[in-house]
Amino acid sequence: MKRLPQIALLPDGKRLHLQDGPIDLIVEAKGSEREVRMAYEAAAQRFTGLLDELCDELAELRQAADPNRSTLKGVVARRMHAAVVPFAEDCFITPMAAVAGSVAEEILGAMLGAARLDRAYVNNGGDIALHLADGEQFTVGLIDRPDSQGLMRTMLIGADDPIRGIATSGRHGRSFSLGIADAVSVLARTASQADAAATIIANAVDLPGHPAVARVPANELQPDSDLGARLVTREVGALSESEIEQALEAGADCARRLLASGLIEGAALRLKGKTLLVGTRGPRAVRRHEELIQA
Amino acid sequence: MSTDASVAAIGDKIRCDACPVMCYIKPGAAGACDRYANHDGNLVRVDPHIVLERTVEHGGRLVPFQAGGDWDGKIVHQPDIFVTAIGAGTTYPDYKPAPFIVSSEIDGVDMVTVVTEGIFSYCGVKVKIDTDRYLGPETAIVRAQGEAVGHVTTGEYGSQMLSLGGVHHLTGGSKKEGRVTCDALMDLSNCKAVELTIDGGATVIVQAGKPPVVNGVGEERMRVGCGSATIGMFAKQWHGKVDEVVVVDDHITGVLSEHQAGKLLDIADTGIKMKGRRSTPGRYFQVAEPGTGWGGTNISDPLSILGPFDLKEARPGLTMLMVSTTGEHSSYYVLDEALRPVETEMPAALKFSVERIQENCEPALCTVLFMGGAGGSLRAGVTDNPVRLTRSVKDALTRVTSGGAPVYVWPGGGITFMVDVTQMPAGAFGYVPTPALVAPIEFTMRLSDYAALGGHMDYVRPLSSLRDSAEVRPMPFIPGRRA
Repeated sequence: MKRLPQIALLPDGKRLHLQDGPIDLIVEAKGSEREVRMAYEAAAQRFTGLLDELCDELAELRQAADPNRSTLKGVVARRMHAAVVPFAEDCFITPMAAVAGSVAEEILGAMLGAARLDRAYVNNGGDIALHLADGEQFTVGLIDRPDSQGLMRTMLIGADDPIRGIATSGRHGRSFSLGIADAVSVLARTASQADAAATIIANAVDLPGHPAVARVPANELQPDSDLGARLVTREVGALSESEIEQALEAGADCARRLLASGLIEGAALRLKGKTLLVGTRGPRAVRRHEELIQA
Repeated sequence: MSTDASVAAIGDKIRCDACPVMCYIKPGAAGACDRYANHDGNLVRVDPHIVLERTVEHGGRLVPFQAGGDWDGKIVHQPDIFVTAIGAGTTYPDYKPAPFIVSSEIDGVDMVTVVTEGIFSYCGVKVKIDTDRYLGPETAIVRAQGEAVGHVTTGEYGSQMLSLGGVHHLTGGSKKEGRVTCDALMDLSNCKAVELTIDGGATVIVQAGKPPVVNGVGEERMRVGCGSATIGMFAKQWHGKVDEVVVVDDHITGVLSEHQAGKLLDIADTGIKMKGRRSTPGRYFQVAEPGTGWGGTNISDPLSILGPFDLKEARPGLTMLMVSTTGEHSSYYVLDEALRPVETEMPAALKFSVERIQENCEPALCTVLFMGGAGGSLRAGVTDNPVRLTRSVKDALTRVTSGGAPVYVWPGGGITFMVDVTQMPAGAFGYVPTPALVAPIEFTMRLSDYAALGGHMDYVRPLSSLRDSAEVRPMPFIPGRRA
């Protein structure tokens, strides 16, 4: 049986939904009707077969990334590798840490190659690639936990900002986390970079050896997880205020280093109802949001 | 719901080939996509699935349908357009918001309908079969395709009840038992005919809203009453036209001359001797074995339930009518010189009374009520504090419907409801290979009440967003059903 992705406009008639296996994209483009249609056609065309491309190299994509070389061939696979390379020297990371953002980027790229758009986004389960033409802006809502509703906060991203990628990682998402963060949202220049960095920062929000944190080898949950037997977080019990602060601070240290090296533009770290913002973008974005509400 | 994927088992893991990722999935876990999961060794699809795909293939479009009418006195209005849960899809285990949480503004009141399809492992059907014919002993096993799917329960007034399905047949027996039970429940719930055989009893074809077929014979009428009641109802009409009447009934056979109704009319003793156990004057239990003959007994010759007439009280020429509780069987006798009843042509006046019995019998039907419990996971799709939904239902703030049909919600814990499947749209039920039935269930309440019970407010959609969308399909019209 020939497997084809599900491609359909959502009921609002504006957004495009693309789904194939574990990839689930929501796409929206703004521009003339003709350009939007061309962009959506390009997205659908690029999406078809994309999962097969990735799966051809899945075994290697699940191996720890070598910081010095890669034999990966696919354009998306190479982008995944490139996104995790900056972290591969210091810690265990596989290209899979950047799969969602890299796919989002690829689809957005295909759309922009085919049409002139005012603005567009490709949202791959919370990992988002953005396009903003001059004068355009996006209001982006950040969620606290992917399995519950309610916005944590909203941020305004303008065309003059360098941010074109947003990603969220944490222990509630589809993929596993080595850390205990409920959510770490990262703003970066690209979606693939944001995706990899969010994974790294979420892993760093941690209280190693804390008895209230239940951990399980990843491959006991998903036999073919790229994390192998590494312990992933399943439950986080009661933590004191100072422990929450300590865990967030550990993550924030990591985020500040990434910010200083230009790998991210900002991050919001969330654990047990507490939020910590890193980067000049954070507070400014929040202020902007308040102005927006007053206006 | 059949999945597109196939599986290979490796130990307790299964390998999904729905997509090229080819995940190994452990029992109780889902694959990388969160769409396919390993449920007790079976690959099940757990993302919003379109249960009615099959129906749509040969029926076209579904939903919405008009509820209409004025305010019915209920606290909660019926929306102008009611969105049913059929085809809404669901997820299991269900911590995600129900696929559609629809808000529609009606008469200035913001309404919320939380529309989902429940996967019911705890479900079954209660079947009422209008017949006096003997279907089988109480607690006997009821089978479909040779598999145990339920049991015979109580005999009610003119009807035999069956209880089919339930968690023990769905998941407690062999894999085949579960699958056959699931199929039988789904077919019965979708108003299809199902052949059931009862251990030590009859074979009966059951179809909701249709007469039962018992051992190949279609039932036409429900009895007018038990034998004793029939005597009471017709005693006056028989008075002066016949000396004795016996209404043959497996439960309570009535004898006119001995019955209180006969005594009040000063009907003389006839010297009749009944077999069976006398309960009160003119009322006899167990005159024969149960069966599919006269009045739900096993007899074809009604005289077999009589002993010899009393020589002192009976007299030659005495007349006697014997009739079943539905009027389906009747015979007329005259005692000869030896006081033996001899069958004779029935006088017109008595034929009329037999026809009157027939006329007063209602059409025999099968009734199928689906019964299911809305469990924790389904409720979690509606609100993040599931118990509040239960309380809201009990407090009558939330109206529960199934495919738009009214339901009876059992008092006590949980949300256990029953619904007449003939009131529901065609093809409302589906199944998952768990095995479990997929049934629509809707909770309707005020928007403010929905917020108060912890509803997924971010997921509430205005009704207008469903109109003109691919998700809206008009219901196929089924004659005789509520539209």
